[in-house]
Amino acid sequence: MSADLAALLYLVSGILFILALRGLSSPETSRQGNYFGMAGMAVAVTTTLLVVDLTGMGILLIIGAVAIGGGIGALIARRIAMTAMPQLVAGFHSLVGLTAVLVAAAALYEPEAFGIAAPGGGLKALSLVELSLGTAIGAITFSGSVIAFMKLQGVMSGAPIVFKGQHWLNLGLGIAAAIFIVFLTASGGQAKTAFWIITIIALVLGVLLIIPIGGADMPVVVSMLNSYSGWAAAALGFTLENTALLITGALVGSSGAILSYIMCKGMNRSFISVILGGFGADTSAAGADAGVDRAVKLGSADDAAFIMKNAGKVIIVPGYGMAVAQAQHALKEMADTLKEEGVDVSYAIHPVAGRMPGHMNVLLAEAQVPYDEVFELEDINAEFSTADVAFVIGANDVTNPAAEEDPSSPIYGMPVLQVWKARTVMFVKRSMGSGYAGIENPLFFRDNTMMLLGDAKKMSESIVKALD
Amino acid sequence: MDAVDPNVFRLAIFVLAVFVGYYVVWSVTPALHTPLMSVTNAISSVIIVGALIAAAAATASEGAQFAKGLGVLGVLLASINIFGGFLVTQRMLAMYKKKDKSAGKT
Repeated sequence: MSADLAALLYLVSGILFILALRGLSSPETSRQGNYFGMAGMAVAVTTTLLVVDLTGMGILLIIGAVAIGGGIGALIARRIAMTAMPQLVAGFHSLVGLTAVLVAAAALYEPEAFGIAAPGGGLKALSLVELSLGTAIGAITFSGSVIAFMKLQGVMSGAPIVFKGQHWLNLGLGIAAAIFIVFLTASGGQAKTAFWIITIIALVLGVLLIIPIGGADMPVVVSMLNSYSGWAAAALGFTLENTALLITGALVGSSGAILSYIMCKGMNRSFISVILGGFGADTSAAGADAGVDRAVKLGSADDAAFIMKNAGKVIIVPGYGMAVAQAQHALKEMADTLKEEGVDVSYAIHPVAGRMPGHMNVLLAEAQVPYDEVFELEDINAEFSTADVAFVIGANDVTNPAAEEDPSSPIYGMPVLQVWKARTVMFVKRSMGSGYAGIENPLFFRDNTMMLLGDAKKMSESIVKALD
Repeated sequence: MDAVDPNVFRLAIFVLAVFVGYYVVWSVTPALHTPLMSVTNAISSVIIVGALIAAAAATASEGAQFAKGLGVLGVLLASINIFGGFLVTQRMLAMYKKKDKSAGKT
């Protein structure tokens, strides 16, 4: 195949990837979009296989690797629980990062195969810079995603790990990596040790960048690593002079960046402050008036069922607690029972509810909640004043009125769901503890609030029983 | 005037693609942000093209053999991502359903 034809086919592949993302603008077109994505991948892989000179052994190795990898991937995709989606995505990001490192190393050791060898031996300077960036970003993505995976999976505590001089250490490592990139480039690719030093520095940096970021900031971290994996691919797209990689890298990089931005905005935090981390570690400032003895109205499943049965309109606000308790199916059953009683039921989703962008939407979709009953914050916030019941299940900080009323609160200014405007607010919670941000929710102590203490799933099931 | 360096063209493609990505991603509905992450994850595995080139390389030198090994491993890892990413996206997207009018009769 001629190089020109191959380049055009890679362009086709890139366009198919654009269409794949375009399809996600609505659920109806999204499934078709996913097929465009698969087609784009097939075009890219086929084109590459037609361009390279394959030996019998090479074919066998590639088929074997694809069969093993594809089998593992398909198995994971089929088995994974929807509640585990954040850690799955983090795990997949780590693979993209690691693959980027491997490809960069391969290009360094065998530049002829990639057509980037300099005429006098060694590599072109520009290619060296590109592949150094590729391995550095790839390694950061890899180790950062592994840490994110462990935090999300609960293998590692979600609490931020901070120490003195952390940011200076990161800065120093970044500068050291840059020096070694210069050194590698100056050596014309001969100083292969420098390449591995860059990779190791980046691996350490990836760990250091993610450990100070707390559990509640995970949606930002996952989006950010998504973005990094894109930039790593783009850097190698320059090295390999491949349009499909360039376009994809740009798409994925900007996608992750936009998601990070949306998540930060949802928390009213600057991206920089999230990256610097440590949020939620300092609980001393929060809950200053915790000493005041305040009365809480506790309710039972029967009370909740009675109130909701006689309500005209109920808005359900799910949060991470629903995911942890796997309560989405029981919740759907409760909503269905209420609908049979003639109650108008809808769902309100805060942008940062859960541990990744859109986490709650997927879980509700899994429980077969129609997506046209599920609303975003800005679309439903005005509705709370006309609702009889706001049913908050496993969410806390995203409903905290302090974000609007108390300028001294650490979350002041964060957009919140105005559940307190409903006639009655019900909180399904395991305990009276504060949320991830370590801030007390004054709503718990209001007269029109009823606390339903217990496991989200069991509580929903009890309410369903009480409704009958 | 000299001919334009092909790298400049590649930079142009890249910059334009960033803009395309920017506008396309903003049009994604927030309800589909999780599938967006999994599908971007799947398509970023197009890095497999680099791994394929390395895996197919002739093993003339020691460096080439090493590169080939890295390439095969890369193909394996990227395949996990490609199959896993697209299939899990498909599984998720299949769950998004509109309100079923006939369900109200039961």
